[in-house]
Amino acid sequence: MLRSYLPAIVFLALGGIVGGTFAYLNTVIGPRRRIASKTQPYECGLPSEVKYGFRFGISFYLIAMLFILFDIETIFLYPIAAELRAFGAFALYEAITFVVLLFVAFVYVWRRGALDWR
Amino acid sequence: MSFALVDYFEPWWIQIIKGIVLFAIGLQIVPLVLLAERKLLGRFQGRYGPNRVGPYGLIQPLADIVKLLGKEQSRPETSVGPLFIVAPVISIMTAVGTFAIIPFGDAPHIFGTRVGLYGVDVSIGPLYIFALSAISFYGLMLGGWASGSKYSFLGAMRAAAQLISYEVSQGLALVGVLITAGTLSLTQIVHAQEGMWYIVPQLAGFLIFMVAAFAETNRAPFDLAEADAELVGGYNTEYGGGRFASYYFAEYLNVVVVSGVATTLFLGGWLIPGWHGQPAWTDPFVVLFKMTLFISFFIWIRATLPRLRYDQLMSFGWKILLPLATLNTLATAIIVVAVHK
Repeated sequence: MLRSYLPAIVFLALGGIVGGTFAYLNTVIGPRRRIASKTQPYECGLPSEVKYGFRFGISFYLIAMLFILFDIETIFLYPIAAELRAFGAFALYEAITFVVLLFVAFVYVWRRGALDWR
Repeated sequence: MSFALVDYFEPWWIQIIKGIVLFAIGLQIVPLVLLAERKLLGRFQGRYGPNRVGPYGLIQPLADIVKLLGKEQSRPETSVGPLFIVAPVISIMTAVGTFAIIPFGDAPHIFGTRVGLYGVDVSIGPLYIFALSAISFYGLMLGGWASGSKYSFLGAMRAAAQLISYEVSQGLALVGVLITAGTLSLTQIVHAQEGMWYIVPQLAGFLIFMVAAFAETNRAPFDLAEADAELVGGYNTEYGGGRFASYYFAEYLNVVVVSGVATTLFLGGWLIPGWHGQPAWTDPFVVLFKMTLFISFFIWIRATLPRLRYDQLMSFGWKILLPLATLNTLATAIIVVAVHK
């Protein structure tokens, strides 16, 4: 059973090798002339004031939480989808109940304005 | 039948060899896609595109990679070293890992051994794709954050929010296909399309999947993660040389993978309608041809549509695409159960 995943591991390893080779060849071939201004992060002309730790909009955080909710919805629907013919109407009612409950939450989130980008 | 074990039938050394061979093919496709994009974009804009290096500019991608590898590798002093180095490798690993699942054909007998013309055929098909694309998100996010640059960070945040928003719709758009096919194995989904390609009964699902695919691969008109006018280059602003090559490679391999997945799930994979007894050697060519159609479509759209605004992008994903995908899923489920009775 798990043996069928062996090629996937081969692929992942080869991907890592290619990525590593790119970086390695670059260090070997590429020149090395360090000057102070090269190590500054990119900025449009002004001196950079970047420190560790940034602030970012709360919308990103909200989106991440909504994603967890709805991605789990998707994952729950996958087994039902694959077995729908076997279970028939029973599984259908279960799925509809589940989706309707989630839809109520979706409407709530929408009305509260969490989906409006600020 | 549905969760039936997808058996492996090859000895381990064939699995490894076919992994390497398929990977080599993928490694050849990506430079061709790069060249095709630049050539086609040139033609769309009434110019020639690259035509100096080699005949018809065919060696241009090779020249590009040599140029990139000959650049100085530098990273800003504000960057977080280990993560900055690891992030592009995560991107390229996951992109290559997803390539493994595209079926280029059935499992014919080659030299007396039965070999499946795909990397892996697992009983969780689409979930494998979503698992790896969720990890590829770390490649962008860590790369952008670890660069220690404002532009990289903003690009990474945008990319992250965009990827997770559209991943939900993309996942839901596939549920309709899974209900119709009754299986999660990609080769069995192709076999289930012998009567009719799923683009016909699942047209809505196909359209939702394609729109989400544009957002997932950061392609125009959804390429807000690297909107050059506002963010310079997005998450890879601080990257150059070989590491940038890794990101670039991963990005285009993702386009190839999405084309392959769309071919498999909606365009009937290696099947040609009305041709029974199709010889096994035609399978990979049919799949590659259909993938070429999708890749050309991606390039065509890039040349046609302007970029969206970020709030438009997010509200389109959540307020339109997600309800549509859910409706499509429920409608398909109801029809299948009603017909099946």
